[in-house]
Amino acid sequence: MKKLIVAASCALALIAGGASAQERNLRIAFDVPYEPFEYKDENGELTGFEVELAEAMCEEMNANCEFVIQAWDGMIPGLLARKFDLIMSSMSITPERAERVLFSEPYYNTPGGWFARNDFSSDVTDMDAMKGKTVGVQRGTTMDTYVTENMGGIVTIKRYTTADDMVLDLEGERLDAVFVDYPVGEQTILTKEGFKEVGESVKLGEGVGVAMRQRDADLAEEVNAALATLKEDGTYDEIMNKYFNYDIKM
Amino acid sequence: MPEFIAQWLNQNEIFTAMTIMEYWNGLVNTVQLVFLSLVIGLICAVPLAILRTVRNPFVSGPVWLYTYLFRGTPLLIQLYIIYYGLAQIPGIQETFWWEIFREPFYPALLAFALNTAAYTTEIIRGAIVSTPHGEIEAAKAYGMNWMMRMRRIVLPSAARRAVQAYSNEVIFMLHSSAIASVVTIVDLTGAARNIYSRFYAPFDAFIFVALCYMALTFILVFAFRKLENHLLKHQRPVTS
Repeated sequence: MKKLIVAASCALALIAGGASAQERNLRIAFDVPYEPFEYKDENGELTGFEVELAEAMCEEMNANCEFVIQAWDGMIPGLLARKFDLIMSSMSITPERAERVLFSEPYYNTPGGWFARNDFSSDVTDMDAMKGKTVGVQRGTTMDTYVTENMGGIVTIKRYTTADDMVLDLEGERLDAVFVDYPVGEQTILTKEGFKEVGESVKLGEGVGVAMRQRDADLAEEVNAALATLKEDGTYDEIMNKYFNYDIKM
Repeated sequence: MPEFIAQWLNQNEIFTAMTIMEYWNGLVNTVQLVFLSLVIGLICAVPLAILRTVRNPFVSGPVWLYTYLFRGTPLLIQLYIIYYGLAQIPGIQETFWWEIFREPFYPALLAFALNTAAYTTEIIRGAIVSTPHGEIEAAKAYGMNWMMRMRRIVLPSAARRAVQAYSNEVIFMLHSSAIASVVTIVDLTGAARNIYSRFYAPFDAFIFVALCYMALTFILVFAFRKLENHLLKHQRPVTS
């Protein structure tokens, strides 16, 4: 009998040891489409800058990763409800978000850009010229916070859930200008006839980080280590240069 | 208990004077939008319901088509078509219509009023066609013409039968108005969404707004009960 117990506990220890040495399973959430960070290509395959970076990161961490598609509105609630373990969907680091989730070190930062129709001639930094103008932003983004704080009483702010709705209202002349994440503006606005970039782009916030649950501090350390390696060994630059002709590295 | 509430209010970052103000503005927008669309809807619905009961299909047909279209499609789609669709008409930006449809308020009001008018038309039509034959025959025997019959017999008795169904429509309209926030109107729901996305606190932001809607509904239910008591006085049992 004693032998049997010893044998059983040895077997259990083996199983447990084997499990910890095995690849761990991680689920990573993206909100698509958000070109060029995460979107589906012609074959319906998930791809983009963050998707490729996530793939490289998983390889570095020796983890078995599954990609989950989640709409932006339910991103943080979904993470907290354990529907997935990591968010790598261009989530900017803000103090409010940091109360709910644990961020890794930032892995990129893109500026916010001003876009308008070709007939727009005001200077966006001149508050007198902007007085009474209508500006569109995406609800809850760092661009929203910037416009709310700096131009709150001066311009009329309209908040949209999706960038598409906002661009439609810029086209329909309901908005004078929009302030969006630069790559999004470049992809969805500048590719159309009749629009231009106005003014200087603005560096906002602390950059974008991987978001995890507060209690997963160990995971955060691993993620930081993996990202640091990728940034050093050139893998990061290789992926970045595939999607951008400017520097977003942080 | 009050100490506990005071302590909680001091600790919370979400319900500050600023966000309460945002909710208040949202409440004003919701009430304005719903009240105006209900008034416009009811004013349109009464004549439409009468036309709908006319035997001539060239008169009742178009009204039937209108109520069928607006009851047959979701309000959200109607709002999208009116708000985004109108902006796509070439050259509309140069006409005076753009002064009205540029702001999201009027497209939303138009969509809501047309929608509630369609439902109310059908409610009133149902009440009109269920008028007891005896009442109409009696009115005819008194020598009343069509106009007088409508005014004195059919419409008052139809109103009594329609009021309960209509109170439902009013409450549905209040709750449907939550979709106004998709076209950038900051109504109650819009305020809650803004606050939610700023603080990432879905429970606090949405439960508070749900309580606001419940309070509004309670007022409506109370008002309709008073109205029913008044209109249906003759049905109550006689007490000494």
